[in-house]
Amino acid sequence: MSEQEAKQGPIAQRVENIGRRTMVGVGVIGYCATLVWESLYWAVLGKSMGQPVRLRAVVDQMMEIGIRAIPIVALLALAVGMMLAIQGIYTLSIFGAESQVTYGIAFSVVREFSPLITGILVAGRSGSALAARIGIMTINQEVDALSVMGINPVRFLVAPAMFAMLIMMPCLTFLSDVVGLMGGGLYVALDLKISLSAYWSDILKIISNGDLTHGLMKSVLFGVLIVIIGVANGAGVQGGAEGVGKVTTRAVVQSISAIVITDMFFAFMVTR
Amino acid sequence: MTKPTAEEIMKRDKVIDVEDLVTHYGERMILKGISMDVREGEIMVIMGGSGSGKSTLLRHLMSLESATSGKMSLLGKNIADLSLKETYDLRKKIGVAFQGGALFSSMTVGENIKLPLREHTDLDEFTMDIMARMKLEVVDLAGFEDLTPSELSGGMLKRAAVARAIIMDPKLLFFDEPSAGLDPVVAAQLDELILRLRDAMGMSIVVVTHELDSAFRIADRITMLDQGNILMVGTPEEMKASDNSRIQNLLNRRIEEAELDPDAYLRRLTGEDTKYERP
Repeated sequence: MSEQEAKQGPIAQRVENIGRRTMVGVGVIGYCATLVWESLYWAVLGKSMGQPVRLRAVVDQMMEIGIRAIPIVALLALAVGMMLAIQGIYTLSIFGAESQVTYGIAFSVVREFSPLITGILVAGRSGSALAARIGIMTINQEVDALSVMGINPVRFLVAPAMFAMLIMMPCLTFLSDVVGLMGGGLYVALDLKISLSAYWSDILKIISNGDLTHGLMKSVLFGVLIVIIGVANGAGVQGGAEGVGKVTTRAVVQSISAIVITDMFFAFMVTR
Repeated sequence: MTKPTAEEIMKRDKVIDVEDLVTHYGERMILKGISMDVREGEIMVIMGGSGSGKSTLLRHLMSLESATSGKMSLLGKNIADLSLKETYDLRKKIGVAFQGGALFSSMTVGENIKLPLREHTDLDEFTMDIMARMKLEVVDLAGFEDLTPSELSGGMLKRAAVARAIIMDPKLLFFDEPSAGLDPVVAAQLDELILRLRDAMGMSIVVVTHELDSAFRIADRITMLDQGNILMVGTPEEMKASDNSRIQNLLNRRIEEAELDPDAYLRRLTGEDTKYERP
């Protein structure tokens, strides 16, 4: 304990620690806000500043974040759709209202499960990859190298991922909507002996544009969260390979937590 | 080519001019009022032991960090007055060879070297390929453009990094610890390369190193740093002839044993010494 700390006493010390942590927290939030702002800034003004956001880089990221995630997103959406049908029919059978299961499937897939499952999967696949990539580049001085070459690192590394995410998250979520509803439909058709076309016609009657946009808007928000949490963790890496491992894990855990909590707030604000 | 004398060098224009640079890392002062300059076409070696602040000084010279106070101009432009665009434009005129190479591991050597061209020029692919091969010839790495950085040895990585650093024909080139981790023969080859770049291309070169042999072989002038202060700026000969005991200790690899007060030692061991509590 230093002399100064000894004079302050334990309570003052704790207050100081809280203050210190708050400052760090505010700093991190500020950094994340700057990342979003800078990504937009370079996209709009980059060309005139000689720092254009390259279409090729965005397309590469779209492939990585979106296209390559299609099989796993589709598989999980199918499973979730079926699971909802199974649980829905089981629960509603208590009241003898099995035929109303379409309502449950339609709303929960489109408003909740699709954006959530897509968000969690993309956080696991791309959020971790982004954190690891930026972490390794920071340790190897590659980020410094970009800066001294006159290439803005946010424009070069973050903006393409951000735009790819803004485009691909709603696309993946929409795909997940269709596949999830199909999964539910397959089980409903088999169990309740109704035709798939009747199921789809019910679904289309139930779901409004508002429900669809609710889910898609959330997915966009999740995408932004995944990118800023991935980048902020990657850029804050300390130590060598072990540090990269830590920030990668932290990025995934924080993104998924942020997604679930944001989802709850979003649902609360929009449905009330 | 014979080395220019100190008088000849001092008649040339300044490419870097640092006045009273003070920097902090958190609350700790790292550079305590550094003033130095680098002249056109010279090789300035920045030397000093660990913790002397030489890496920090280099990061400031590359305009990667902002200082607490002081003035710094690079290629005639005052860094503090530059807009974001002007800063990026200025950086296109400098090249940096980082200690570990800092090549992008996801790209081939050729793609790494072409990156600045791809980002800053409208040249077609064929021209960029030719330019990349030319630079690879300069660093004796012709034919290696299709390999990835992980397939290169330590010395080759550093030379590939030099090729990337000179692709835009910069006026000013920085080297961070070029000889670190290399065997003496490869380190000597890299020294030769640095001399060749100055002589053939007229570049001004700043080298940060703690390798004495390498420093004396290549330097036109040496800046000797010690604990955030400049001990001396001068030619290698002036450095050797200096009667400053700290310089002589550094040059002769003598360890300085500070006289230790037994009470202070005890305080340090028991953790009561605040100086060691929070550096």
